[in-house]
Amino acid sequence: MAKMMYREAVQNALFAEMERDENVILLGEDIVGGMGTDGGPEAIGGIWSTSVGLFGKFGPDRVIDTPISESAIIGAAAGLALSGKRPVAELMFADFIGVCLDQIWNQVGKFRYMFGGKTKCPMVIRMAYGAGFNAAAQHSQSVHQILTGMPGLKVVMPSTPADVKGLLTQSIRDDDPVIFLEHKALYASSGEVPEGDYTIPFGHARLARAGQDVTIVATGLMVGFCESVADRLAPEGIGCDVIDLRTTSPLDEEAILDSVEVTGRLVVVDEAPPRCSLATDIAALVGQKAFASLKVPLTMVTPPHTPIPFARELESAYLPSADKIEAAVRKIMAWR
Amino acid sequence: MQLSREALLRAYRQMRVIREFEERLHVEIMTGEIAGFTHLYSGQEAVAVGVCEHLDHEDKIISTHRGHGHCLAKGCDVGMMMKEIWGSREGTCKGKGGSMHIADVAQGMLGANGIVGAGAPIAVGAALAAKLDGGGRVSIAFSGDGACNQGTTFEAMNLAVVTKAPCIFVFENNHYSEHTGWKYAVGTGSDIAGRAEAFGMRVWRGDGTDFFSVYETMRDVLEHVRGGNGPAAVEFDTERFFGHFEGDPQRYRGKGEIDRLRKVRDCLTKFRTRVTGADLLADGDFGRIDAEVRDLIEKSVSEARSAARPTADDVLSDVYISY
Ligand SMILES: Cc1ncc(C[n+]2csc(CCOP(=O)(O)OP(=O)(O)O)c2C)c(N)n1
Ligand SMILES: [Mg+2]
Repeated sequence: MAKMMYREAVQNALFAEMERDENVILLGEDIVGGMGTDGGPEAIGGIWSTSVGLFGKFGPDRVIDTPISESAIIGAAAGLALSGKRPVAELMFADFIGVCLDQIWNQVGKFRYMFGGKTKCPMVIRMAYGAGFNAAAQHSQSVHQILTGMPGLKVVMPSTPADVKGLLTQSIRDDDPVIFLEHKALYASSGEVPEGDYTIPFGHARLARAGQDVTIVATGLMVGFCESVADRLAPEGIGCDVIDLRTTSPLDEEAILDSVEVTGRLVVVDEAPPRCSLATDIAALVGQKAFASLKVPLTMVTPPHTPIPFARELESAYLPSADKIEAAVRKIMAWR
Repeated sequence: MQLSREALLRAYRQMRVIREFEERLHVEIMTGEIAGFTHLYSGQEAVAVGVCEHLDHEDKIISTHRGHGHCLAKGCDVGMMMKEIWGSREGTCKGKGGSMHIADVAQGMLGANGIVGAGAPIAVGAALAAKLDGGGRVSIAFSGDGACNQGTTFEAMNLAVVTKAPCIFVFENNHYSEHTGWKYAVGTGSDIAGRAEAFGMRVWRGDGTDFFSVYETMRDVLEHVRGGNGPAAVEFDTERFFGHFEGDPQRYRGKGEIDRLRKVRDCLTKFRTRVTGADLLADGDFGRIDAEVRDLIEKSVSEARSAARPTADDVLSDVYISY
């Protein structure tokens, strides 16, 4: 085990996979930084420092710093993938999927199906998502809601450095296109990461806390909030099963259903807006397959149906927090 | 053509307001009071002012993430902008947008924008509306050397050409897109105007650190576009004095680069030297404006600091007009 930051775990997995497989190619804006400047290359190594040192080690053919051209970045990654390479493209902010959604949705996500299962498009699109920095409506969004609904894409949302390493390694080796969502507010968080080479399979949730009274389902940054709520409530005798989904597509239905069968209570926590979302998807799943187990109506903790506001007071009112989750759990426990 | 004394005083004042606004923010941001990402315009004032001094509120502009200068030059209220950056509910956008989304559509300012390359297509639409309405109005898209590589910018230029939209693409080449140099990212031998020309419009080039170069270039550009000859593009070579955003380590800069730029490429110094040299304005005129602007910014900061804060209820308003 080694202690490392979430962002270091990204860099670590990229480094290891590039060393292991020469077909792994990176591309994105400022992933080198300093190209064409007096200061020279490697001025930044990605604005989240997730590709530090990779250009120096693997060179310009495998670490491609691109102009600001998201459609071309994702399209080029798709072309590389169709031609036998394993590209890892970076979108600086997840919000920029808006610029290149055709390539993600109509191209990358559909090739295999449209071409009758006769081709593969093994590529990863990494992107930094999430709120908490007062970066306002175009730089704070959680986009898993949109991408999880697209058949053909796998969607990964790691919440710890160890999961980053194992899930990113799996993403790069996976033969399907994978969306890899890195939460901005987690980049500087640290944790123990196993040494060496390992993968975490998709569709297997992680039980972050175990308890008998209420099931809490979460992803990404929300997982830590839920863990702290579980820790706060445990001394009062309220036991929370905190399920970190890890991937939203595929979805570990079994982990959710098995837990709800025991607890009979469900709180879904989601950083994305509330309509047509991961939260409603899980609510529908439980409504269909575990209705009889529910002792009380299920609850969702999400932001409201609004864009993300700028001011500190507004953003914190907008976002789910440990306090809001705790209140939801208490309410569901008191329901009769 | 000689500018009047009033016009010279106003141009200087406008540039000074932008400079003072940005230099003050640079200091205030370090205290941690201001939230979010802030991109400062210091160094590029001559472009915003040299362009917008030709416009009134019926002409439209659209800006970028580096929008304070464009907003101020187009007539947005200094105090309300400062309040917006502070996240007050008395700000231009009630604290919902912040630095990157300041807008005042009534002033013809269609917004700063967080998405690089998003502005140019919108500017074409505003230009088409101006064409439909008659009256020789124009629409201007400010873009950077980075935004000029975005597909949306290419599409907008072509659409403007085929529809003969009275749209002006102003490219502010400050030589960097975030941490990347334009020599690397702009494939046409670092020539942005030449690429715009290939789309089929007339182009101009000017010195974006010299108010008079910008102002005079824009007079010709506007005469062309207001005259119904379709779109045009201009590339202004300019400089960014601060980092890409506040907090940028700027390792891409050459040694002593910023000191040199501030010495030889400062549009305010250039303006003053030229105008006093020609005996058009005197040192006293500048001193008076500088003091007045300092007071204005001081007042806007202290008011922003104590302005009303938004409340949780404010999150829910303004999503729709009716719902
Ligand atoms: C679609 C999109 N891609 C990337 C970014 C991140 N980003 C913000 S500003 C910027 C550089 C823009 O450079 P330029 O157009 O030259 O403007 P300048 O910052 O120099 O004013 C980048 C890459 C963004 N905001 N939107
Ligand atoms: Mg630039």
